[in-house]
Order: sequence, then C-alpha cells, then structure tokens
Amino acid sequence: MTDSSWAYLSNYLVYSAMAVYTLAFFAHAYETAWAVRAPEVDAPGGNLLVKTFDYKRTEKVARVATAFMILGFLLLFIGVVARGISAGRVPWGNMYEFSITGALAFCGAYLFTLRKYDLRWLGLLVSIAVLLTLGTAITLLYRPSAPLVPALKSTWLIIHVSAAIVSGGVFLLANIIAAAYLYLDSMEQRGERKTWAKRLPSLEVLDQLSYRLVAFVFPLWTFAVIAGAIWAEHAWGRYWGWDPKETWAFITWVAYAAYLHARVTVGWRGRKAAWLCLFAGSTFLFNYVYINIWGTGKHTYSGL
Amino acid sequence: MEVPELGIVSSFRFAWRQLTSMRTALILLLLLGVVSIPGSLIPQRTQNPMRVREYFVNDPTLATWMDRLSLFDVYGSAWFSAIYILLFISLIGCVLPRSFEHLKVARALPPITPKNLDRMEFHHRWSGSGDELDLGRSWLVSKRFRIREFDGAISAEKGYLRETGNLFFHLALILILIGVSFGALFGMRGEAIVNVGERFINIPTTYDSLSYGKLFRDQSLPLFSLTIDNFEAKYSPLTNAPQDYTLQVTVTEKPGATPVKRIIKVNSPLSFGSTNVYLQANGYSPIVSVRDRTGAIVLQGPTPFLPQDGNLTSIGAIKVPDSDPQLGFVSAFLPTASRDKVRGAISVFPEALDPKLLFSVWRGDLGLDRGVPQSVYRIDTSKMQKIALKSLKVGETYTFAEGSITFDGFVPWVNLQVVRDPGKIYALFGGIVALLGLLASLFTRSRRIWIRSNTSGEVEVAGLAKNSAPGLENEIGLLIAHLRKVGE
Ligand code: HEM
Repeated sequence: MTDSSWAYLSNYLVYSAMAVYTLAFFAHAYETAWAVRAPEVDAPGGNLLVKTFDYKRTEKVARVATAFMILGFLLLFIGVVARGISAGRVPWGNMYEFSITGALAFCGAYLFTLRKYDLRWLGLLVSIAVLLTLGTAITLLYRPSAPLVPALKSTWLIIHVSAAIVSGGVFLLANIIAAAYLYLDSMEQRGERKTWAKRLPSLEVLDQLSYRLVAFVFPLWTFAVIAGAIWAEHAWGRYWGWDPKETWAFITWVAYAAYLHARVTVGWRGRKAAWLCLFAGSTFLFNYVYINIWGTGKHTYSGL
Repeated sequence: MEVPELGIVSSFRFAWRQLTSMRTALILLLLLGVVSIPGSLIPQRTQNPMRVREYFVNDPTLATWMDRLSLFDVYGSAWFSAIYILLFISLIGCVLPRSFEHLKVARALPPITPKNLDRMEFHHRWSGSGDELDLGRSWLVSKRFRIREFDGAISAEKGYLRETGNLFFHLALILILIGVSFGALFGMRGEAIVNVGERFINIPTTYDSLSYGKLFRDQSLPLFSLTIDNFEAKYSPLTNAPQDYTLQVTVTEKPGATPVKRIIKVNSPLSFGSTNVYLQANGYSPIVSVRDRTGAIVLQGPTPFLPQDGNLTSIGAIKVPDSDPQLGFVSAFLPTASRDKVRGAISVFPEALDPKLLFSVWRGDLGLDRGVPQSVYRIDTSKMQKIALKSLKVGETYTFAEGSITFDGFVPWVNLQVVRDPGKIYALFGGIVALLGLLASLFTRSRRIWIRSNTSGEVEVAGLAKNSAPGLENEIGLLIAHLRKVGE
C-alpha cells in the first residue's frame, strides 16, 4: 500500500469509529433512561465500587453499548496506527493527530477502568466526549499526513508524547467523575436524587474513584514532564525554559500535587477536593487547546 | 489561635512552625502554580524580546509599570523566587525531621495491639479453637508483615516503603532545585552565527551573544574550535516544512589536537564534557562585491540575513563604511523569488531554487561612529539618501553613480548555540529519584492488622489502612478464612 492509501484508510477508520461511537451513544442513552436503582448491596470481600447499581432491566443494552465502545476503540486504534504508517513516523506530529490519539487514550482509560469498576453509567458522557473530540479533529484540525519537522524527530517524542496523552486521557476521566460528583452533590443537597440518578454510585464512591485515577496517573504525568525536559535539552539546549507549554505542564503538575496533598495530608474530601481536581484538569485542557492554537513559543506544532 | 509569647526566639519559632505546617505548604504550592501563569501569557524578555519591545512602543506607561512588577521577567523576579524559596524552606523544615523520624520507625517494631479492637476497621469476632495465633503468625510472616507479639495478641504492619518513597520524593525535589541553581550559577550560554566554510573558535569575542552564570569564569570556556564544512537542509515539496537538517563540522577539541569530522543534528548536539553545541537555526548569507567609482573593491563577502518566514524570505543590511560617501544596501534575499499581491516580493520555497537579491541603495552617513549599538540587520537611514532600487540574480551587476554592486552568490549560515550546564546531571538524577519515590509511595499500601485471642478462646481480628488504601478488607477476609480453616 502507498502512503496515501494508508492515509485514506486512516480517515475511513476514524469515520467508522465515529459511527460506532454514535451507536454506543444511543445504547448508553437507552440504558441510562431505563436502568433502575440497585438495592444496597453489601459485598463481603468484594469491591464496594462494583455493586452499587443494577442493570437487570438493561443488562443486554449495557453490554451492547460496551461492545460498541470496544469496537470503536479498536477501529480508532487501527486508524491511528494507519495514520502513523502513512506518515512514516509516530502519529503525533500535529494537533489533528494529538486529538485522535487523545480520544483513543481517553476511551482506553475508560475501558481499562471498566475492567475493575463498573463505570457503565459514565458511558454516555464518555461517548459524547469522544465524539466531540473526533468531530472537532476531523472538521477543524485536519491536516494531510506529512513527515515531521526536524525538532520532533526524536525517540523522546514517542516517550514524552505517549506518556502525556495517556495521562491526559485519565485526567479527563477523573475530571468527568469529579464533575459528576459536584452535580450529584448539589442535587442531593436539594433533596433526594432524581430517579435517573439513583442508580449512579454514591458520592463517596465517586470521590474515591476520581482520587484513585489521579493518584494512578500522577507518576506518569511526572514522567511525561521529565521526558519532555530531557528532550528539550537535546533539541533546544536547555531542559527547562518556561516556554508557555512547559509552564502550563508545570502548573498542571503542581495543581495535581496540591490535590494529592490536600487529600492525603490535609484530609480534603468531597466538594473541595472535586473542585481542586476540576481546576487541575482544566489547566491541562487549557494547555492543550489554548497554548497549542494561540500560544507562542517553541511548542506550537499544531500545524494550524 | 494560640497567641505566641513575645521575644525574638519564640516569635521565630512561631514563624518557623507556621511556615513548615502542611497548610502553609499547600498554599505555597498552589500559589506557585498561580504565579507562574502571567509569565505564560505576557511575553518574556528571555524568550521573546521583540514582543516585549512592542509593549513599550504601544503603551510606554503601562509597559514601564509592568516592568517594575517584573512582568516581563516573571521567572527571575523577586516575588516568584520568594515563593519557591519559601516553599522549599517549608519542605526542608518538614521533610528532614520526618526523615529522621522515619529512620527510627523503619527499624522499630509495630506498636502494640490497641485495647479496643472493635473500634478499628473491619473488626471481626468469633470463638476460636485455640491455634489462631500460631496460624495467624505464620500467615502474616509468609506475607512479609513485620510482627510484634504482646500479651496474647499479634500486631503486624506492612508497607514501610510508602513513607520511604514519600521522603525520597520530597528530598529529590530539593535535589532538583539544587541542580537548577548550580547550573544557573556555574553555567554559560551563547550564540553565534557562522557561515558555511567559516571557523568558530570558542572564545568570548566570537559570540554574537553570551551570558554567564554569576560564578562562571572566562577560563572555564573549553578551547575548542569548529569549521563548518557543509550544511544541508531538506524541505518537503508539499508543505515546505523542513524535514532534515544536517551540519557537518571539523572539530579540534583543544589547540594542537587532531581535527575530526563530526555531524550535528537538531536532536543530537555535540558534547565537550558538560558543554554542548546545538544547531539552532539557519538562513542565508548573500555574497556581494561592492566597488567604488574607480572599480576598486570596498566590500566583498557574505553577510548573514535574518529569515522572516518559513520560506526564508530574509532581510538584511549590507553596510559599506569604507567608501566615500558611505553606502548602505537595505536588502532582502529571496531563495525562491515570487510576488505576492499583499506582501510584495517574497520567497515561496526555503531552498534556493531561484535566488534573488532585492535592495535599495543609500548614500550618506551610516551612523556607525556615534557609539550607539546598531542592529546588523538594519540600517539607520535618517542621515542618508536613497539613490536607487534594484533586484539582481546571481552573477549580475548593478552600476550606479557612486560605484557598483555584484551579486556573487550565497552561502547558508547556521546559528550555533553553546551551552554549559554543570547542574543538569543533578537535576536529572533528582527527577529519576523523585519518580521512583513517587511510585513507591503511591503504589505501596501501608496497613496494620491485629489478631487477639483471649483466655476464653474468643478471637478478634481488625485492621487499619493508612490513607484509606483499598484492599485491606479482602486481605482480612483471606486471613479470617485461613484462621477459621474455611475452604482448605
Ligand atoms: C512544602 C513542603 C511540603 C511538605 C511539608 C510536604 C509533605 C508531604 C506529606 C506529609 C505527604 C504525605 C505522604 C503520606 O502521608 O503518604 C506528602 C505527599 C506528597 N507530596 Fe508533599 N510536601 C511538600 C511539598 C511538596 C511539593 C513541592 C510537591 C510537588 C509539587 C509535593 C508533592 C507530593 C505528592 C505528589 C505526594 C503524594 C501524595 C500521596 O501520597 O498520595 N509535595 N507531602
């Protein structure tokens, strides 16, 4: 196959993945509307997070939805790989490629967490987020496949960017859960949960889950920043230069460190912690969107 | 709030306790994040001096005020330094005592079993068969718990690595800061534009710009020299984006050493100890010969031009101070010349496929003797008079009343960046230790388990997970199953 047919293949796969995610979205919408609240389950030896809600009525649809999520993930995965083959390099050279890989990482983080915790109630939000990311990528950010500029030709690119993208996917997931926490919390403060929300996990579970996700990827993000510094040293002759992109990576790091601290040492829980988590996550998004597109500095590889 | 006693010692102690408290550390940490924001939104002098100058041109009063607040140099400012120095003092003040504490704890046995186990997590009670302590001991030992027995009870603890990792993480942050400061104090950084074919000698005068750390000495510059043999740039014909830069040099490591041929690329600098030479930018130097009325050569050779865009449309100034009157050529070099409706003459491809030199000729006083430093890329034409406008291809000559100019050709130039940073190795080491410490601290579950068996044969089990780490419930479930010989 020629480079351009790989590029076409990649585009088709990304479109097909979007179609499949749309199906996943409808399946999740259905089960969100029809699933029921679980009886309080005490699960000796089992994980509390697993059994807080009941899919009896919608189990089939929920399974179908997850199957679509997995299929979408696989299509997108091959799409990203094909994009890399067409360009003869890792597929992380411009913002279109960052976005499709980011969507892949986000969906991957969701599916990976799903193995341990029943997160299907989040499926609706996850499919929407993936569709939005892919949609903007294809319409606004698309660039033809092309080789890398010299500064990006480095093994550290692969290491640094993959670590950063995976961290981003998990941060986003933690953020969505923290947002769900805040939403449900304010709903509960006004009285009982609405019927549709009754099957979602308890506030405590959401609180713990977003913390665990952050604690899980914080070292990876630390690694991404260090790898970036090593690469900057190779390419630009300094490992840290307070370039806007670097500065915001640092801010994200500090914000998540503060979040972990606030939880572990000062004992923050609930609303305060969720807000801090959202703040930290939005510094990551800001870095990705604003600094890539409107920022100045050495890191503007968006190709726009 | 506790009211401190008066007196210097006690108020110092009070301030110290406040500073090293967790709450202060948290606030400082968040503050550090917040105060690094302005530097990413406002142009910084170290990165973008041109844009800073624009601020001064557009609104001098505002810019002066911003400058007073160090907003154009945030990361070197007093207030930014104050925050991170306070943070690190707080860190040291908290982490060092904790390290000593931990050294003691790490060798000690776990504390004895508390009286009321039913207040602990996952408490279970049943009437046993008498061998529970023995079974429990061997089970806990096989799971590598540290054990202390006292008065018919076992107290077991596991996961000391959590605190160890945590302390290493924080100590490593201090090491990173030391590495950064060390590099800033003893390092140097300089840039030089060198034409292909020319030689660069590592002495202060060959640099276009050079800055030292406060404790750096001139003699520390290693005396190497490089000759630029060849520079090759490949560009994509589709997107015009650069694909590869290769710089071939001949290196003499120190005076008298045998020269060796080396290659420098964007991601692979040349190293001399802790000094690295980077390939940073490139452009073109048009070569011209300028003759006076009599035909005698008054200037000959390459002049580096400054690229303006990705296609290397370059501007420059050819100054001829030795002719009478002085001559200046305000010029543009277009590697692949074309015309644009809006921008006029521009280059449409970065390789020299159809090179052209455009210039206006000025006569008068170049102003070089006034002692005011001038940009090498611009001419101060305030005391000069424009006499002609012309564009030349390679080999062509233009003759005007005061003389003539011949466009002989061009050579590429490269911008070499020479950096010495003796601190980076400590920072890197600190980074690695921090990462390992973090992994150890976040992925180690630290917990205690207690078993008590009293004389009436009643058995109690309970546990405590530090930082509410998950999984203890399962573990205790397994232990109880073992003690009650379920499913064996
Ligand atoms: C200013 C002084 C600081 C003090 C006194 C301090 C103290 C502590 C303490 C006591 C813990 C709890 C560990 C545990 O109980 O497991 C901790 C954890 C942590 N600290 Fe700090 N720290 C400081 C600064 C920093 C800084 C500057 C960072 C990085 C930006 C940082 C990042 C972390 C992280 C990531 C954890 C791990 C949280 C966890 O175990 O879940 N700390 N710190």
